[in-house]
Amino acid sequence: MRDVAIVGFAQRQLQGFDGSPMCAELLVPIFSEIYEQTGWTKADVGFWCSGSSDYLAGRAFSFVSAIDTIGVLPPVNESHVEMDAAWALYEAWLKIQTGDVDTAVAFGFGKSSAGQLRRTLAMQLDPYTMTPLWPDTVSLAALQARAGLDAGLWDEKEMAAVVSRSMADAESNPNAVRSGAREVAELLAKPMFSDPLRKHDCAPVTDGAVALVLAAGDKAKEIRENPAWITGFAHNTDGLQLGTRDLTISSSAERAAQAAGGTDGVEVAELHAPFSHQELILRAALGLGDDVSINPSGGALSGNPMFAGGAIRFGEAASRIWDGSASKVLGHATSGPALQQNLVCVMEANR
Amino acid sequence: MSKQLAAVIGVGQTHHRAKREDLSMAGLCREAMDRALADAGMTLDEIDAIVVGKAPDLFEGVMMPELYLAESLGAAGKPLLRVHTAGSVGGSTAIVAASLVQAGVHRKVLTVAFEKQSESNAMWALSVPVPFIMPVHAGAGGYFAPHVRSYIRRSQAPTEIGAIVAAKDRTNALKNPYAHLKEAKTVEDVLASQMLWDPIRYDETCPSSDGACALVIAHEDIARGAAAPAWIHGTVMRSEPTTAAERDQVNPQAGREAAAALWKQAGITSPIDEIDAAEIYVPFSWFEPMWLENLGFAEEGSGWKLTEAGETSMTGKIPVNSSGGVLSSNPIGASGMLRFAEASLQVRGMAGEHQIDGARRALGHAYGGGSQFFSMWVVGAEPPSN
Repeated sequence: MRDVAIVGFAQRQLQGFDGSPMCAELLVPIFSEIYEQTGWTKADVGFWCSGSSDYLAGRAFSFVSAIDTIGVLPPVNESHVEMDAAWALYEAWLKIQTGDVDTAVAFGFGKSSAGQLRRTLAMQLDPYTMTPLWPDTVSLAALQARAGLDAGLWDEKEMAAVVSRSMADAESNPNAVRSGAREVAELLAKPMFSDPLRKHDCAPVTDGAVALVLAAGDKAKEIRENPAWITGFAHNTDGLQLGTRDLTISSSAERAAQAAGGTDGVEVAELHAPFSHQELILRAALGLGDDVSINPSGGALSGNPMFAGGAIRFGEAASRIWDGSASKVLGHATSGPALQQNLVCVMEANR
Repeated sequence: MSKQLAAVIGVGQTHHRAKREDLSMAGLCREAMDRALADAGMTLDEIDAIVVGKAPDLFEGVMMPELYLAESLGAAGKPLLRVHTAGSVGGSTAIVAASLVQAGVHRKVLTVAFEKQSESNAMWALSVPVPFIMPVHAGAGGYFAPHVRSYIRRSQAPTEIGAIVAAKDRTNALKNPYAHLKEAKTVEDVLASQMLWDPIRYDETCPSSDGACALVIAHEDIARGAAAPAWIHGTVMRSEPTTAAERDQVNPQAGREAAAALWKQAGITSPIDEIDAAEIYVPFSWFEPMWLENLGFAEEGSGWKLTEAGETSMTGKIPVNSSGGVLSSNPIGASGMLRFAEASLQVRGMAGEHQIDGARRALGHAYGGGSQFFSMWVVGAEPPSN
């Protein structure tokens, strides 16, 4: 495998974006930022790959407009996944591994506030049996949380502790759309939103966009003193049918971590857990002990733009390598109802 | 580490129809997948990863359908990727699947692309009004007709060239057991059909199909033991935006640059002499001569001469779409992969009645959006020598 590192990261997270139904125009300042970070121009990018959703945009071919933000001619080597931009980064990493290119930019965008997000995401379910019942994302997550509570795997205090820590950490994240330290007791006094979830247990509906830069070998070293070298990168899937899987564990996250070479020695993990109890599931699945710092950015509970939120976790994790505060980190992204798909990226300071 | 060699060792496709009411989306995909696996002599359990491709989710009315399909496609417990690059997606999906093997990540990858257009209405899905963007309100034919008119003006091609293409592809489809439209057509038949978007007539237009296509792509070690591998000699993707004054939509730069990069990768200096069969994405007849030029099979302005001289027929110098092409079957998301699959069948000598004698190297081509997304590959009967 070639040595490939994340060397650039720019993001926007907004509570309600006052612009197009796609947030594609946010990519213009984001690309300016990554050009500034890398000293590159468009000509230096060997491959582009984006992640987004037509259903979120409410139209077909929504990613086509995003290509405009790259610039017109000459044409670019480019692809798109109908997934979180974290998987676009995976495709870009593959492209570098084939030896075809040495550099790549992965980006994603989505305007979650344009519709009713929890209802839009219900369209991901089995169209013949489940979609007609309109079980929405939050309700499905609540079923998952309830299953864990009933099994005695976690309690409401542990869920509130995840929120308490995340909101305190989010205070120092300028991109957070929700933050503010709260005691566990104070959180537990709040009303139920979708029992057993309170509003703070659920990621806020967030608009936004992200871009990440990949470079191989010396190209990476030219850009950063401490590139975040990717030493393990793998993903896996569970079935969608909620009755066929144990919602209190994440087999696919566990398999992804194994395929990525395990998580031993990881100091910081940025987990894409849009619901508080999902962080608890992921910590167990990924084998992250109490000594691992989880989501120092505040995580998805402080901001979760759909189709960008997973990639933002990767960027936050890579940033901990760049600033020297950690030597081995983990980025995680999820997709689909109740943690159906999971992607794990392990990054290290030294190669 | 350099690029690993990869080859197609299994090809499968559905019987394409206007409405496959006998099958769910999952059943449609499995019909193609099971044929590809049987061809490869493999079971789903042996597959390392699944790559799914399709055009817009609004075409079926399911958001990210690969999520609900995961179990029936055998992807539960495996990595699952979903590609969407507009009309070129079938080709791009095959390229992403190939890159999983070429990167050295996996050894046996199954890729499937599908469209079940009868679940929804493609014209509606393409007509959702978008703020600040000029509406087309004319479907794909209305969008492309001005480009065709421009091509005719620039190349001074005789006006029946499109009909020659349509008659050839529809007649070729009679030799393809999977084709949707099976109707012998003469040039006169085509010229007598209803004008839809001048100069594109009804018989010069692709159908709307339900269908799927699947490929098994394997690492060199496995492919060397396979009966008839189609070795991947080169893959390429190029994109440019939809609307800009400096674009040439008749002969797009993205297509020209993609072809040049592809021929270079595959070690080809004279495409018309070195490619034995081409499966080119021709949804409207006139795109055959247009793409012949864009791909470098002919000089600009002279692609139609190859068509007129019969050089794109099955016995011509560069047989194009002996399968019947997109003009005979068009499950949009799968249409590109069908081109890539048919090219593979040609070099494997497995194309049946529409086999081009002695085909050793073949082109698979797809394009999408407003002639702005291109994906292509070259496959060969022998492993690449360069």
